[in-house]
Amino acid sequence: MNRRFSWFNATSLTLGFAFLYLPMLILVIYSFNASKLVTVWAGFSTKWYGELLTNEAFLSAAWVTLKVAVISSTVATVLGTMAAYVLVRAGRFTGRTLFSGMIYAPIVMPEVITGLAMLLLFISLGLDRGVTTIILAHITFTMCFVSVVVSSRLVTFDKSLEEAALDLGCTPFDAFKSVTLPIIAPAVVSGWLLAFTLSLDDLVISQFVAGPSSTTLPMKIFSAVRLGVSPEINALSTILISIVTVGVISASLISKRNIARQRADEQKALQL
Amino acid sequence: MAQPGTRPVFAPWNDPEQKPLIQFKNVTKKFGDFVAIDDITLDIYRREFFALLGPSGCGKTTLMRMLAGFETPTSGTIMLDGVDIAPVPPNKRPVNMMFQSYALFPHLTVWDNIAFGLRRSDMPKDQIPTRVEEMLRLTRLEKFAKRKPHQISGGQRQRVALARSLAKAPKLLLLDEPLGALDKKLRQDTQFELMDIQEKTGTTFVIVTHDQEEAMTVASRVAVMDHGRMIQVDTPDRIYETPSSVYVADFIGDVNIIEGTVSDVTDDKVRIDWAEGQPKINGTIAGGLAKGTHVHYAIRPEKIAIATQPPTDRANVIEGTVHDIAYLGNISTYKVELAGGRMMKAQVANDRRIARREITWDDKVWLSFTDTAGVVLLN
Repeated sequence: MNRRFSWFNATSLTLGFAFLYLPMLILVIYSFNASKLVTVWAGFSTKWYGELLTNEAFLSAAWVTLKVAVISSTVATVLGTMAAYVLVRAGRFTGRTLFSGMIYAPIVMPEVITGLAMLLLFISLGLDRGVTTIILAHITFTMCFVSVVVSSRLVTFDKSLEEAALDLGCTPFDAFKSVTLPIIAPAVVSGWLLAFTLSLDDLVISQFVAGPSSTTLPMKIFSAVRLGVSPEINALSTILISIVTVGVISASLISKRNIARQRADEQKALQL
Repeated sequence: MAQPGTRPVFAPWNDPEQKPLIQFKNVTKKFGDFVAIDDITLDIYRREFFALLGPSGCGKTTLMRMLAGFETPTSGTIMLDGVDIAPVPPNKRPVNMMFQSYALFPHLTVWDNIAFGLRRSDMPKDQIPTRVEEMLRLTRLEKFAKRKPHQISGGQRQRVALARSLAKAPKLLLLDEPLGALDKKLRQDTQFELMDIQEKTGTTFVIVTHDQEEAMTVASRVAVMDHGRMIQVDTPDRIYETPSSVYVADFIGDVNIIEGTVSDVTDDKVRIDWAEGQPKINGTIAGGLAKGTHVHYAIRPEKIAIATQPPTDRANVIEGTVHDIAYLGNISTYKVELAGGRMMKAQVANDRRIARREITWDDKVWLSFTDTAGVVLLN
């Protein structure tokens, strides 16, 4: 490995990160702007954060978003884990490739299409659009991400551990609960965090399936921006950025560290 | 092997009064078109240490997994204690298994691993600690009770797996290549430990192994398998001394196999014509054979003596030159080239220290053996 910090490396790194993070950095800086005018810097202030707390519309949107994210990511984790378990464990059956393909297809499906499809489904079912429909739609599109994360862990899981549990008197469900689940728990947790952050910042699909009384935070921001960017929006976005960042970083940290440790443990247990 | 004459010999398989613990009746197992087990009928008795021996892919593991309940026979029945176990799921069988990979639960301590099965049995809660302590003592693991599986050595893990599978006092314990992951020295110690524990607990053990030495050491009876069939089921000494086929003779230990035709028969004695210009081999087979029968003569290298002068009192004497010598410390194996280029191995125990080897490369030697030293095989 070339550890020398050449001018070329430095430039590419700076350009790359600038491209990725400059817009957000400017947004974060301006959220601390004392002036009402977004583009004019008038000194440091946190007053927009204070004002945000008194804005009823934003607070209720935040509450809806949080509710949707918690419920949908939890349900998606349960369903996604089940799907992953079956696809990894069921062995070869006719149409297995088709099934696993179908689980992962929504990842590459354009969100507009998913949103539209969900909308048509809800209309034909006669479901009133609101928080429930947003939750259902979010479960649908986050589930496959959970399933990808969990199945990648299950592939390396030693099947004889489950057989040993059965052999020692567990029912198949008990074996899953007391042996498989504790061992794959880190992957399940990071799947949940991933689903949570995906649901938190989804705009397109929510836009399609939301009703008049159920505005999520990203939708609120989007509509508010159309009337002009306010420092309040900047403050709100900064808060969202920090939540998502914390979520994503902890998800990847948990899965990386714990999966690596569990795997090392298992390897050691298998070897001498 | 052979028990002292004063003690009753443990041989329930010779006693028609004994009821077998396990009975395989015409069991066949197919995976698609592949026949893993081909019409096996086999009885295993209580307190036996039974070894399934064979190369990988011979069906020994499938046979064991059917006993544990992880595979169901395609046809035939398996009886355990007189009950057909086909409809019984693995968690309801009075059978426990020690896995090849040990399959210790990495998230549980040694103590909890051993208690795992007990907590799921109908044992009262307050008796579980006593039983776990007992198992820890039996396997000398008291000091490691609080450790996780990755914090102990391979040999200790092997003992945890054994303790865990014995904790529920199963009628039958299955061991799938239990010592495969241990180094040779540890493996030999553990073999004796296994036999000790088997005797102490009185449990019936069925062990799967591809290591013939291991099977011979631990087992009361050995079943040699190939391509899903039982080739021979017998005590280790009989498997070694009187193999029923060329396959068994060749699979177990070292052997010289000579092809030939029976030329003379007198009662049980046969003379085998095996090469142009060589003296005929004098062999023995109960009941004799018809003249002209095509046979294989199998003889173990250690039953062949090697000398620099032609012996006069042996039934078979063959002349040759030393081609190779393998010195293994306790024994030496001589590879001797006979006239016509054929090789024959002879083994000599080095029962005294030799400063100067009497026989060396390219020496002219005489190989000799009695007329009962080898086995005449028909296939």
